[in-house]
Amino acid sequence: MAKEYETVIGLEVHVELATKTKIFCGCSTAFGGAPNTHTCPVCTGMPGTLPVLNKQVVEYAIGVGLATNCTITQYCKFDRKNYFYPDNPQNYQISQLYLPICRNGYVEIEVPEGSKKIGIHEIHMEEDAGKLIHDDWEGCSLVDYNRSGVPLIEIVSEPDMRSAEEVIAYLEKLRMIIQYLGASDCKLQEGSMRADVNLSVREVGAKEFGTRTEMKNLNSFRSIARAIEGERARQIDLIESGEAVIQETRRWDDGKEASYAMRSKEDAQDYRYFPDPDLPPVSISDEWLERIRGSQPEFREEKRKRYKETFDIPDYDIDIITDSKHMADIFEATVALGAQPKKVSNWLMVETLRILKERELDPEDIQFSPKHLAALIDLTDKKVINSTVAKEVFEVMFAEDIDPESYVEEKGLKTVNDEGALRKTVEQVIADNPQSVEDYHNGKEKAIGFLVGQTMKAMQGKADPASVNRLLKELL
Amino acid sequence: MANVIDDATIEYVGILAKLELSEEEKEQAKKDMARMLDYIDKLGELDTEGVEPMSHVFPVRNVFREDVVTNGDDRENILRNAPAEKDGMFVVPQTFEG
Repeated sequence: MAKEYETVIGLEVHVELATKTKIFCGCSTAFGGAPNTHTCPVCTGMPGTLPVLNKQVVEYAIGVGLATNCTITQYCKFDRKNYFYPDNPQNYQISQLYLPICRNGYVEIEVPEGSKKIGIHEIHMEEDAGKLIHDDWEGCSLVDYNRSGVPLIEIVSEPDMRSAEEVIAYLEKLRMIIQYLGASDCKLQEGSMRADVNLSVREVGAKEFGTRTEMKNLNSFRSIARAIEGERARQIDLIESGEAVIQETRRWDDGKEASYAMRSKEDAQDYRYFPDPDLPPVSISDEWLERIRGSQPEFREEKRKRYKETFDIPDYDIDIITDSKHMADIFEATVALGAQPKKVSNWLMVETLRILKERELDPEDIQFSPKHLAALIDLTDKKVINSTVAKEVFEVMFAEDIDPESYVEEKGLKTVNDEGALRKTVEQVIADNPQSVEDYHNGKEKAIGFLVGQTMKAMQGKADPASVNRLLKELL
Repeated sequence: MANVIDDATIEYVGILAKLELSEEEKEQAKKDMARMLDYIDKLGELDTEGVEPMSHVFPVRNVFREDVVTNGDDRENILRNAPAEKDGMFVVPQTFEG
């Protein structure tokens, strides 16, 4: 009988924090600047420079730690991790080994059997490295240090996950917590959230862990799932054929959908950590901790519960709206301006999601203001514009955040409420379409739809469909 | 000298430090390192029971910056430190993906 295997997975997740400046200097962290325009002697590792810690980094790290049920290390410090690589100009990375800021936490994820706790071993603060561009033509590499010194937290889980589904649920949970805190936008594709997967297999029932490998360069949920399936199969094959799994770092190739071992010389895991003498220790007082605890936001679970109690909208809507804090903020602000919750939810669930999907955007990219959405809903409520026109106005509002009221006025999009003019148009449409009129009289109810369409067209879309329907039925 | 550094160790330290040593230099480095370790052993004779490990020389804590951008674009000056420059970037020997 074939043996059954269990996959054991632990994750190291790096998250780029949403600070304005780098962790140890006053350079901007803005993404997309021309190469090396956000650099200074500190983040390019010049001799004699002194790093000074960004207070906001500590506050974000504590916020994430509290939200993931960690114990905060109230006396913590930084260490140097030594390695040579051109993306790291100091030849060491400032990180935390001995006293990381957060320890012993957990998050709960939903699994088919109910909820499951995934342990968090530690969270530490560190600096990001620069970006290397390989110039194959010239046979050299080019370095851009704009990212060097951008603050990161690394969240190290316990080996508590058993499948790709659990890994993705765990990542989604972290993403949600961190986005709600505003500590990062957590975009895998853009690298503001990166996951390294530590994986081993063992026979079901075995007590000891198998030998693990570490996989890097996973930048989407899809590649994470593929890499986990592939690595599980590779390790089982080795074991079944009597070979040993070697502890190594493997790099995932998204194009080939396969991983390969990185050269061992480049992977010398001997970092000779020692305390960084340039950075004084950080002492977190009870008062500071309590102040941060007191200003933690309402997280998703609490928000869902409150929405259920407060707003008369379906659970499905609640799940989607609270999936993004930005979307939830827009929802609440629009409702606060007097719009009916279900109507606000409809605009977000239907038109907003459709445009986001079409343009491959995230909910975080929504630019229109709640004030303008409320105004648009008001215009349709008062039948100043019909729903087709409203959708057109919404498209423009989504792109440019225009004020729908003045836009409708300027473009002359108001519904024509002149009963006489409408009646005249309807009469004309009836006269012009004898065939449809006949069909209608012969019991083809659908024919009226065509006549409504013709009337709307003649009115350049600016009629109230209900009135058109009523008049048609009356005149037929 | 109580400590002896073997060839494998000096080879490994050389790799970590990215140093290429001649046979002569290796022999000298082995002697120097052994002497340093002897000195550390000497320190180890002290009774440090109950003494907190020191992590910083000065009794200073919580030196912070506020999260405000203070540096502008200083690329021109920064690139003066580069051995070579191309397209606004530092040119370094070809490296493998790491």
